[in-house]
Amino acid sequence: MAATLPMTATATGDYRRRNARRLKLVLIGVVALAAALALDVAIGPGNLPLGDVLRTLVDPKGAAPRLSVIVWDLRLPIALMALAVGAMLGLSGAGMQTILANPLADPFTLGVSAAATVGASVAIVFGWSVIPGAGPYIVTANAFIFALAASLVLFFMTKLRGVSAETMILVGIALLFTCNAVTALLQYRSNEVQLTQIVFWTLGSLARASWEKVGVAALLIALALPFFLMRGWALTALRLGDERAESLGVRVDRLRLEILVATSLLAAVSVSFVGGIGFIGLVGPHIARLLVGEDQRFFLPVATIASAVLLSLASTVSKVITPGVIYPIGIITALIGVPFFISLVMSIRGRGV
Amino acid sequence: MALQLRDLAFCYGTTPILQGLGTEALPRGELAALVGPNGSGKSTLFRCAAGLLRPERGTVALDGYDLSQLSQRERARKVFYLAQDTGARVALSVFDIILLARKSLHRGYALAASPADIRAVEAVIEELGLSAFASRDIATLSGGQRQLAAIGQALVREPDVLLLDEPTSALDVRRQLDVMATIREATRRRDIVTVVAIHDLSLAARFADRVLVMNAGRIAQAGPPAEVLAHSAVSETYAVGVHLEHSARGTLLVEPYIQVH
Repeated sequence: MAATLPMTATATGDYRRRNARRLKLVLIGVVALAAALALDVAIGPGNLPLGDVLRTLVDPKGAAPRLSVIVWDLRLPIALMALAVGAMLGLSGAGMQTILANPLADPFTLGVSAAATVGASVAIVFGWSVIPGAGPYIVTANAFIFALAASLVLFFMTKLRGVSAETMILVGIALLFTCNAVTALLQYRSNEVQLTQIVFWTLGSLARASWEKVGVAALLIALALPFFLMRGWALTALRLGDERAESLGVRVDRLRLEILVATSLLAAVSVSFVGGIGFIGLVGPHIARLLVGEDQRFFLPVATIASAVLLSLASTVSKVITPGVIYPIGIITALIGVPFFISLVMSIRGRGV
Repeated sequence: MALQLRDLAFCYGTTPILQGLGTEALPRGELAALVGPNGSGKSTLFRCAAGLLRPERGTVALDGYDLSQLSQRERARKVFYLAQDTGARVALSVFDIILLARKSLHRGYALAASPADIRAVEAVIEELGLSAFASRDIATLSGGQRQLAAIGQALVREPDVLLLDEPTSALDVRRQLDVMATIREATRRRDIVTVVAIHDLSLAARFADRVLVMNAGRIAQAGPPAEVLAHSAVSETYAVGVHLEHSARGTLLVEPYIQVH
């Protein structure tokens, strides 16, 4: 007995050390966020000296009007939008992966983004708006409503059949293919200008950023992250399987629906704001899982932060490949992200977290 | 003070699983072994008793109080059902999941575990001898080690009723004895009702205060191990002969055999 006491203390020590390390990673993540944001603002067409950019950030009134416009009206909203959209996609993907017990779940694989594309295409091709009087926001508004509708379909079909993780994934994939087919149909009967618009929309671009959108996104994240975190223990319990979680007193069906609604909202808002940006909602959570494991108290914030940093870096990359040209960020996340992701998985595979 | 099931009925679709199942009062401080063939409804009985399934009729009463009156959270505090391991591969350590079993009912922003929670986890790790692998991820453990960690989850919750579905199926001989002794000891010390579904009749005879024989959705026989296991109900339930013998050390041994006609 006496011999095992120090070992038990070791287990507690391990737990404490692990928590301290995970907390440190959250803090490092926050610093990385700030660094990525600064980099994203500093770099761009126009080749402004770094000092000028920083001075304009600190003192917008004192700077030349041209500088002020570039930094405050062009670069900063886009850079913040990158962070916000990354965070929304990351949290959304992390939530979906947890409730569906599937590391491949994210707004894309479940058809939410595809539905948003259908909504946008309808607006582009027919000029139909789901919300009357949406005016210049018709594409965004349609995308949002369609994405939300897809989530509702997911919600009710699973409600009908009993909410199992497998059913939800199957319904999501069915939605994905249906929406892709509808988008293809719309593309087929659109004219050249409309087709270009649809393609551009599908690619996902931060050029659609604005201060209003940044504000809405920030508010949503500020509400969603605590909503997820207060369910942190229950969500971790869910990772042990439905039956064990239920034994542990978790109301599995209700928890799954609550998180589904929240993740859908996050996905719908981000897709309607900037179009389809793939891969971030998949990779961010995966990186978080490798870094901090699956204790959701750490996993959810780290997934959010990691995704935000990733998209911010992708935004920077989209500007430096060809000077003077900003590529749609959806292309960058897929092209750069995939090899990066695979190398990450290969290098860390087998190492315990 | 006891757990009592009365007239429980449950069907999966049109297949009846429990058919008016009742038990005598299972007193606190006693370990009951639930034995019966595969598919006789043992797990369904546990799920109904834990409130994970809603029986079509019948009641589950603890100390005379109908448990269906409780909310799911309150019920989960009182009754813990440990299902057979599904082998979920997840990056959580043994320490994490035992702590999780204590914190799973938590809802709110105070996400850190309290010192009392940590002490409870330490005590269980100590009690079950898990120190050697407490910091390892459960995905890297053997089936037996995972089973021990799961038993740790059961004990750390301090429920009034503990329902364990084959808790020793993956354990080596030494661990089987250790775990059954630990469970029995915890049952006595905490004055709780424990029911263990188990296939090993000798292990049941050795550690249980009473044995419940389940067959076709009903309790066919119940009582002290030596009495029940000698009863024709056991041989009828399993379609085997049963030979009972006390070893030189005084332990009741059960030897089932296939009868040749």
